[in-house]
Amino acid sequence: MDNNKSFLNNMFHKNGRALGSIGYFILLMVIFFIGAPEAWIRPNLHQSVFVMMPTLIFLTIPLVFLVASGEIDLSFASTYAVAAYVFALLVKSGVDPAICFVAGVLTGAGIGALVGTLIVVFRLSSLVASLGVLFLLRGVILLLTNSRSITIMEVENHWLYPLLVGKFYGFPMQIFWAALFIIFCYYFFNKHVFGIHIQHVGDNSVSAEQMGINVNAVKIKAFMFVGVGAALGGIFTTLITYTFFPTQGFGYLLLALAAVFVGGTPYWGGLGTIVGALFGVGVIAYMEIGIIAIGWSGEWRQFFNGLIILLALLGHRLHGERVR
Amino acid sequence: MENIIELKKVTKKFGGITALNKASLHVTKGEVVGLIGDNGAGKSTLIKTLVGVYGPDEGQILIRGKEIKAWNALKAREAGIETVFQDRALTPQQSIVKNIFMGKELKYPFGFIREKEQIKEANRLIREIGFTSNLINAESAVGNLSGGERQGVAIARAIYNNAELIVLDEPTNNLSLNETQKVFDFVLNVKKSNRSVLFIGHNIYHVYDISDRFVILDRGEVVHELNKDNVSTPEELMKIMRDTIVRH
Repeated sequence: MDNNKSFLNNMFHKNGRALGSIGYFILLMVIFFIGAPEAWIRPNLHQSVFVMMPTLIFLTIPLVFLVASGEIDLSFASTYAVAAYVFALLVKSGVDPAICFVAGVLTGAGIGALVGTLIVVFRLSSLVASLGVLFLLRGVILLLTNSRSITIMEVENHWLYPLLVGKFYGFPMQIFWAALFIIFCYYFFNKHVFGIHIQHVGDNSVSAEQMGINVNAVKIKAFMFVGVGAALGGIFTTLITYTFFPTQGFGYLLLALAAVFVGGTPYWGGLGTIVGALFGVGVIAYMEIGIIAIGWSGEWRQFFNGLIILLALLGHRLHGERVR
Repeated sequence: MENIIELKKVTKKFGGITALNKASLHVTKGEVVGLIGDNGAGKSTLIKTLVGVYGPDEGQILIRGKEIKAWNALKAREAGIETVFQDRALTPQQSIVKNIFMGKELKYPFGFIREKEQIKEANRLIREIGFTSNLINAESAVGNLSGGERQGVAIARAIYNNAELIVLDEPTNNLSLNETQKVFDFVLNVKKSNRSVLFIGHNIYHVYDISDRFVILDRGEVVHELNKDNVSTPEELMKIMRDTIVRH
């Protein structure tokens, strides 16, 4: 009995942040269900959430790595558009979409590497520097495209389209890719030397350096991973809508960041939770769509987003302060 | 006797300040070297250069007689040098096991961690070092440990890696008598297994008890070296140190 109790204690202690985030998700579901059971039961509510969720997952989960490493990135919301632009432009010019996909993802990684190197080498504040890059890249996109969008209906006939965003027994394929991505990231963060080094670096970079970990390289790789996630989000969305538009991605900036923190990853570095972030994404995605579904006006959305972020922060406070 | 490591005329500057000035130091197999000197003498800089945290501006670093270029912390660890830093170099939000294996994780191919093996080894090590409380296991966070227990984790890390040279930077600071004795026992064990220790301390009694040879550092220079045979008491060592520094 005692053993059982200490096992439960131990489990709660180790996974408290993830469990907290699951708790918020369940609470939100219950509120929606009580508020509008008939809307909640309708499958199209969940379908529209499922369309939105994969993109948010690609953006949010890599941010957990970066925040755990002690840095932050805002530029991902523009990297998203740059990678999608490269993808769409190449498709339009007749390149095989599979090659365009790879090129788009590499663009994301490349931008991440540049942003990371800039911040690490010149010891810039990642918040301010990535804010600069956010605007800079968006400006470049608007100038290059003359604010015009690109339609790529032709991808539908390529094998890549059904593989990435087609339907599988009625479910959109991007859900399966997002699920694979989460499983990969879970192991990558918790069981792989990359994730472990990220946690050491974010916890105490001086200690990590003294133990022979290349702190700068770890951080730059984390920025690159955020770039890859942003590129995936951008390309998937472009495929789903057959359209690249120059302002895309901007709307996800605050939502993805909110999902990281609602998910229970603290801002101070050294800790992070992939499972928590997944449910953080769930909370944000349902909030975005659920408010409308239960018949409230869109104006309530921002109000509730704000409320849930604050409540989540207060709740995660129960998991204690940073130990030093 | 083979030199495990040798620093030859190493200089290290920070801005306009010369922290180390052509300092030379060597540690041979199986000996315990005590590094002493006043606050600000450059002990920390010398140690951090020796273990690769700082790269030297001038001079050479030789491992078993062979010069190593682009010296860094990883190369030092690969050469069999483990350090228990003054600040202990721990990451407090992480578990004991993650700290023990930090930077030298046991891995499968493709970089995945051999977690079970690490936990088993870490549990064995913390028992060996003498963590008595049953509440502490390899998965406890380091931030919840006392100062002595944290020192135990840092020492466990040095033991596990089977280092040929263990560098202990002020290892008895803020430790209880009992914990200090544990550190001494540890040093004697290392010596018994024919490995070497470089012991840095400002408590001259601690350094005297444990070392075979003393190196005195002053204002970034190695000003004197002597064997224990030539000193009969810690007080004498202290006098020699003071006289050397006054003359320097």
